[in-house]
Amino acid sequence: MQKPLTKNIEKGRAPFNFQQYSAAGGYLSVAKALAMEPKALVTFVKDSGLGGRGGAGFNTGLKWSFTPEPDGGPRYLVVNADEMEPGTFKDRLLMEHDPHLLIEGMITSAYAIQASMAYIFLRGEYKLAEKNLQTAIAEAYVAGVLGKNIHGSNYSLDICLHTSAGRYICGEETALINALEGKRANPRAKPPFPQVSGLWGRPTLVNNVETICNIPGIVTHGIEWYKALGLNGQPGTRICGVSGRVKNPGCWEMPVGTTFRTLLEDYAGGMQDGYQLKAFLPGGGSTDFLLPEHLDLPMLPSDVAKAGSRLGTSLIMVLDDKTCPVGCIHNLIKFFAHESCGWCTPCRDGLPWAEHMLEKLEAGTGSLKDIEILQEMTVYMGPGNTFCALAPGAAEPLQSGLKYFMDEFVSHVNHGCGYKKH
Amino acid sequence: MSNLIASTAPRARQLTHEEIHEIEHEKTHYPYPQAVGLEALKIVQKYQGWVSDESLLAVAAYLQIPPDDLEGVATFFNLIYRRPVGKNVILFCDSVACWMLGCDSLKAHITKTLGIEYGQTTTDNLFTLIPVPCLGDCDKAPTMMVGNESYRNLTPTSIDQIIADHKAKA
Repeated sequence: MQKPLTKNIEKGRAPFNFQQYSAAGGYLSVAKALAMEPKALVTFVKDSGLGGRGGAGFNTGLKWSFTPEPDGGPRYLVVNADEMEPGTFKDRLLMEHDPHLLIEGMITSAYAIQASMAYIFLRGEYKLAEKNLQTAIAEAYVAGVLGKNIHGSNYSLDICLHTSAGRYICGEETALINALEGKRANPRAKPPFPQVSGLWGRPTLVNNVETICNIPGIVTHGIEWYKALGLNGQPGTRICGVSGRVKNPGCWEMPVGTTFRTLLEDYAGGMQDGYQLKAFLPGGGSTDFLLPEHLDLPMLPSDVAKAGSRLGTSLIMVLDDKTCPVGCIHNLIKFFAHESCGWCTPCRDGLPWAEHMLEKLEAGTGSLKDIEILQEMTVYMGPGNTFCALAPGAAEPLQSGLKYFMDEFVSHVNHGCGYKKH
Repeated sequence: MSNLIASTAPRARQLTHEEIHEIEHEKTHYPYPQAVGLEALKIVQKYQGWVSDESLLAVAAYLQIPPDDLEGVATFFNLIYRRPVGKNVILFCDSVACWMLGCDSLKAHITKTLGIEYGQTTTDNLFTLIPVPCLGDCDKAPTMMVGNESYRNLTPTSIDQIIADHKAKA
């Protein structure tokens, strides 16, 4: 099985430097890209079928194609490395262990969208990723793949590694842009979309780390190669993972279209002894619960959507039968309430209220009315009623929890939390 | 004239040479000085341990950012400390994977061992304990950071060792 995203990675070994990375077939996509027209490269990436790996899954080339014609002013590529979705740790793996893959992907992608400057927006806590990326960027400048006249062409690019200082909302692309501009990280209304008016009002593409890491392979080896990597005709590979009470938590690269069962049983070794699978969140803390009956679904956005959830980041969080579902949802809502930027009322005031009611339920002082209100709130905080997707995301585990575990919620009203505390 | 009361409002301090040097370097990456605000706060915090009013006013003046705007940025980001912190800031993850794997009892252990709750600093000024949202190490939960170091697969014993190691370094 080919693993273009992780082929250079060996845990316990330092990441490849520029020479090692190039010797392993690296930076070939840059020369190929420079020989193409940028618009043709955008179409090429669109035709590969690559979808965003940040959680939304939108066709990457299509997203790139929404940029207007260049007008001589600055254009920006921004890599979203603010990985903070609960249960997500895949971008950390790529940046810590193969930083040159991201750098190569950035150069090729920036050329495609005719960007003059690229930023990596890295969460401040990822100290090792910061160090390894700084080293890789410096090596790339020395080798001439960054800076003025790359490979002797007319194309020049600078990369700046920007490290942040916390706050989950910075992962929202317009909030990220505000943070980069030196403002509070409130999101912006869309339209205008960042492709048209982003960083300092200029055309900007914001892409996830893993998305950009797919670009070198696609451009070097071609569309047919990429389309053959997945199962049943699906394009590409993706990093999938598991956390929670499984024998072997972690993340691994696998063909697109792999099933949840393969991930859980073959890669993660199944549940720890003495624990049964009760439910799982398929793609981070802001996705709807799925049940064991869904394990044979392929990890594809459309299949997961049909089952009433969202594939998101494809790193699953497992809820075992000895962990209280209400407590789990309480912890998630506490996280989202804390991370609300405060801009819009349903999120700023709704999430702490939901947290309070879940706290009461856990303490045994909740009521059936509280459950009724929690149900209503998943509508008030739903898509279309809020300024960004944070609150609707928070509503996903809550609404699916109420759907699948209503009996446990009601039991909390009558008896409090019957689960042993961890 | 002797009825005038001298203002006790904080005043900007002088930024140090190192701080100015690093801030100037950051400025080269961005087209506008306002964009450097958060970076400048982090630089000041690196040297001073936290961001005091005097530091904030100094950075605001240096970058020509309205002080209230910069305060808005400083108070938005949880890793900018607008109060003094101890030598080692413990960022303890309490998000869902760590919670499932038992971080609540580990946090109780830290509180019992160090005698501090979230937001407090030990009397010897060695440790400050702060909760932090998902650190992105969920496969090695429970996890925390102390300063710039990550510690994973935590147990009461490993926590005791980490605390002892940091006490020894002090």
